Amino acid sequence: MATFRIKRYNPEIKPEPYYEDFQLEIPEGATLLDCINQIKWTLDGTLTYRMSCRSAICGSCGMKANGHAQLACQKQATSLLDKNDTITVEPLGNMEPVKDLVVDFEPFWDKVNKIKPYLQTDDSPPKKERTQSPDQFHLIDDASTCIMCGNCYSDCNVLEVDDKFLGPAALAKAQRFVGDSRDERTLERVTELSEPGGIWDCTHCGECVERCPKPAQPFYRIKEVMAVALEQGVHNNNGARHALSFVKSVKSSGRLNENMIPVESMGYFNIKGLMELIPIGLRMLLKRKIPPIIHKSIEDVKDVKRIFKELGQ
Amino acid sequence: MIKHDVVIIGAGLAGMRAAIEVSKELDVAVLTKVYPSRSHSGAAQGGIAASLGNSESDSWEEHMYDTIKGGDFLNDQDAVEEYVKAAPGIIYELEHMGCVFSRTADGKIAQRSFGGHSKPRACFSADRTGHAILHALHEQLMKQSETIKIYNEWNMHSLVTEGNRCNGVVVSNVKTGAVEVIQAKAVIFCTGGYGRIFKITTNAFASTADGVMAAFRAGIPIEDAEFVQFHPSGLYRQGILFSEAARGEGGYLLNGKGDRFMEQYAPSRMELAPRDIVSRAEQSEIDAGRGVNGKDFIHLDLRHLGEARIMERLPQIRQLGIDFTSVDCVKDPLPIQPTAHYSMGGIPTDKFSQVVMDAQGTKMEGFFAAGECACVSVHGGNRLGTNSLLDATVFGRRAGLSALEYARSADFAKVNEAQEKTKVLKSFEDIFQRDGSESYNDIRNEMKDVMMEKCGIFRDEEKLKACIENIKSLHLRFKKGKVTDKGKLFNTEIYEILELENMLEMAQIIATSALARKESRGGHFRSDYDKRDDKNFLKHTLVHGSMEELELKYKPVVITKHKPTERTY
Repeated sequence: MATFRIKRYNPEIKPEPYYEDFQLEIPEGATLLDCINQIKWTLDGTLTYRMSCRSAICGSCGMKANGHAQLACQKQATSLLDKNDTITVEPLGNMEPVKDLVVDFEPFWDKVNKIKPYLQTDDSPPKKERTQSPDQFHLIDDASTCIMCGNCYSDCNVLEVDDKFLGPAALAKAQRFVGDSRDERTLERVTELSEPGGIWDCTHCGECVERCPKPAQPFYRIKEVMAVALEQGVHNNNGARHALSFVKSVKSSGRLNENMIPVESMGYFNIKGLMELIPIGLRMLLKRKIPPIIHKSIEDVKDVKRIFKELGQ
Repeated sequence: MIKHDVVIIGAGLAGMRAAIEVSKELDVAVLTKVYPSRSHSGAAQGGIAASLGNSESDSWEEHMYDTIKGGDFLNDQDAVEEYVKAAPGIIYELEHMGCVFSRTADGKIAQRSFGGHSKPRACFSADRTGHAILHALHEQLMKQSETIKIYNEWNMHSLVTEGNRCNGVVVSNVKTGAVEVIQAKAVIFCTGGYGRIFKITTNAFASTADGVMAAFRAGIPIEDAEFVQFHPSGLYRQGILFSEAARGEGGYLLNGKGDRFMEQYAPSRMELAPRDIVSRAEQSEIDAGRGVNGKDFIHLDLRHLGEARIMERLPQIRQLGIDFTSVDCVKDPLPIQPTAHYSMGGIPTDKFSQVVMDAQGTKMEGFFAAGECACVSVHGGNRLGTNSLLDATVFGRRAGLSALEYARSADFAKVNEAQEKTKVLKSFEDIFQRDGSESYNDIRNEMKDVMMEKCGIFRDEEKLKACIENIKSLHLRFKKGKVTDKGKLFNTEIYEILELENMLEMAQIIATSALARKESRGGHFRSDYDKRDDKNFLKHTLVHGSMEELELKYKPVVITKHKPTERTY
């Protein structure tokens, strides 16, 4: 007998959420969604959650199991049992709970809307299809598998502290157009995506890749947008300057010049930004956290330079 | 009272395509009980048919003939002709909107083979074509978010009609439970199918006959309900879809002895015969004890395709197999069985998506329908794979255009808001008040079992009569249930109960139509009348009346170019 510890919340009855345990024998081959349905249909009809296709394509049944966002229909229930034969089920994170496992998706969709999620072209289309090579198709193939389940959004570490961040799903959707050979707003798109809340606010933790139930894998898509932004010369922002400074430092010395990176990220002419660094610098100095003032190269820096040369950088 | 020039119920391919058309001139709203991107169109995998001729020469004439032969000559041929002619244009238009398609080496839209099609004409996006089109259309709606209002997570309960004129719908907001009337000059239903009536089905939980039954209660007959398609490759026990594309790419069907049994049933098309034939062949093998290990499943074998081709063309299938059965189709065959998939029947419309009320074609003014909920009928007795996405987009567009033309010159009719609201509130209240001991879950499970066993792939008079009796008694028990969630906030329990009622009534309509059709044609197979009977049954069924007294009428099939001939593959 397995225990399903489900986070319950119904503000019509009780303002605070609480946990309720349900005991269920997991049928052979049952998914988490099968079990949750069994609980609703035989134990407690008030249990509330979203679901529809039960084949991992509609994206309705995202919920947290044992602390991580999952599609309930995609996971075999037995694979989620902890050592006490328990599965803890909670609503997705970074969104306001509505009732039990249902959360408010409106802010999520508002952010998707912000990235102009549609093809933009200048010319009127040809009589037949626009051509696109198989290789060009592959550039957007992964991003186009996104089912908007919100799992990445739920577990995104940036969103937990900054709700202005567009979030992994919206940015992956952006890559689907940035990378589309048919779209004619690439520069405009990457310029907008380089603004605060955009690609450079991602901390590269990779959590969204872990949570994505499809090949969309947002962080890899965000990296692809970053690369296009740099190629297109959209450098006038902290994120791009940070990345470029990083590369410059490694290329010249084989290691990071931690004193220069914050300065170069802010930009030499960004007086206000540079002034903001002073108190942080002073505090670091007092705590003896300042790296050596004289930056030394690593011994094998020649090899590092060779790598850059090989890569044509 | 909410007011829109045109209101569309359902945000799948048909609903969204219709909305784009209407929004060119008028104020339009789309109402969905989920979110647009969660619509069941997104579950379609293999492709969308059009005679583009990108990999082999092709023509609309061949597409037309294949569709009619596939439908066992029950299709209305005038509608089929318009439909296949419109196909290439609708594909190019989707491509121009930004839809992602797999490509040929020279950059054109790639096309592959599919059951019943004599040419490779399935345009596809790997094995998630419905998903690609659904998102492309949703992108267009987001682009027009100023002009197209979307009601996410709202249910539709009834049509507001007066005489032969449709004036709006009664709906409710899932989040708040509030019941509202939407007054409209025209209403378009794009509410999808009703596969959830059957135990084993590919359909989403949302596919529950809401639209079809709302139309029926407003006096619209249901056409050809007995024609339900069973898809040959549903995952064993779960029923979830493994695309026919797996066979289109060269997959084999093997019985328990390891034989490619389709040799015995359709030697010229083998695994790529139309779905009704392949599903019956599978069921025959299973019934004869030739399932795998004598069980009720057979094998879909893709191993000879190799990992590279599977990953390029069928990546989602592979993942589904791994996630749901721990079978990696690169290494092992997949366990499959026939699964209820598609309703050929539905709300009768003409080829302009105008809903008609009888065999004479009397219009329900201001009411249109498209996609799976509608019966045009372009699919006849059996739909070919990849023809449904095409149906949804072609007739979605057509419905949008027709509604626009109608609403352009129509006025809002008077609607008695209080009266319409009260009717729906009363049906809610009725369920809330019940204090019986019957379990809705048991009733639902029994309905699904009964329909699968007695109104499934092989039917006969005895089974169907028993089926109707069973469903009627379930309906009586349904009235003695009890609801546990009495709140207004996001009460999914009450909606599931309302859906169950729709399904019970639809089940009775399906079985009643099936009992009366004493022949075998397309997806409808009677063991006691195992031949097609053109003399008596080359006609469409129309179920009129009320649940207390269903009345069967018929209307002739429109035949223009192709006289019915024997159907062999």
